Amino acid sequence: MKVLIRHQKREVEVRGARRVRELLAELGINPESVLVIRGAALLTHDTRVGDEDTVELRPVISGGVA
Amino acid sequence: MRCRKCAADAAVEIRRHHTAFCSEHFLEFFERQVARAIEHERMFTPEDRVLVAVSGGKDSLALWDVLRRLGYPTTGLYINLGIGEYSAESQRKTLAYAEAANAELLLADIPGEYGMNVEELARATHRVACSACGLSKRYLFNKVARDGGFAAVATGHNLDDEAAVLLGNLLHWQTEYLARQAPVLESTHPTLVKKVKPFFRIAERETAAYAIIRGIDYIVDECPNSVGARSLLYKEALNVLEQAAPGTKQSLYWGFLEHGRPLVQGREPVDLRACLHCGQPTTGEVCAFCRMTERAAERMRLRRAGGARVTTSPA
Repeated sequence: MKVLIRHQKREVEVRGARRVRELLAELGINPESVLVIRGAALLTHDTRVGDEDTVELRPVISGGVA
Repeated sequence: MRCRKCAADAAVEIRRHHTAFCSEHFLEFFERQVARAIEHERMFTPEDRVLVAVSGGKDSLALWDVLRRLGYPTTGLYINLGIGEYSAESQRKTLAYAEAANAELLLADIPGEYGMNVEELARATHRVACSACGLSKRYLFNKVARDGGFAAVATGHNLDDEAAVLLGNLLHWQTEYLARQAPVLESTHPTLVKKVKPFFRIAERETAAYAIIRGIDYIVDECPNSVGARSLLYKEALNVLEQAAPGTKQSLYWGFLEHGRPLVQGREPVDLRACLHCGQPTTGEVCAFCRMTERAAERMRLRRAGGARVTTSPA
């Protein structure tokens, strides 16, 4: 599957079906810090994603604390 | 994972509440949380005109959107800070939202009004960019709200923002700042407009989820000046704790409001007066924003007059 890691401005190819929480753990990304999007849908951490999928990891942390 | 209300596939899990919702019921949950916060904290009423500080990011656009849907009369305020393509893109997103929603939007332009952007203002007065930016935004929020007769200024600060600020204030025992940290800052002077944070109960993941589900096109990239900001480090640290122990951020911040804040209240400076130059609230004779812009303008004037060497001290 294609994984677009938005805040790192990179795309990685991951092979094999797995749950979102496993994908994030393999990529070393804290699940609290991103939303996982497939198409227009948000995915929970127990959702299975597979080779045909394209998913976006969108950061939720913003630094605008003024 | 199933939606708690309808058993459809869940879209958003809220671990600190041990629950999950489908998109439709998440929006319902989200809007109810915001409505409760506004009513419980007596932020404003449906009769009040509210100025919403809008940056083009997820939190402020989500806030504007939900307040409009809840029926509050709102006007957006976008401030052009002059931070290159970042400001240009965030302004485009804000204008596009306002146009699509047929919502009233006011624009303030720092380079246009003061002759330099916030980065130049910062350099000219030996501040870091975020300090000049924060000072400029707070000043203009209040000025525009006061000039326009708004009852309150609403900002999109969420639970993560507040918990991160609190952590920073605790780590350095900033008791004056601790005393001022609250979801509602009442007007304590005729020139000071009430400030409210209707998202103080809502996590950052949830404001982002709201924006995405509603199809709000917000600026995802962060301000280039925020790279390495201490507030981001605190957020990351809190997210590590939150992942291991859901509810940590809520417990920290809500616990502070209930137990900690009463201990430090009264330590903030309350002797406000009108700035001699602009009439905005200040604890001194001339407000920090006027001091900053006047020093920066003087420095620019001297430079143009022949490159004279100028020394400045922090505002």
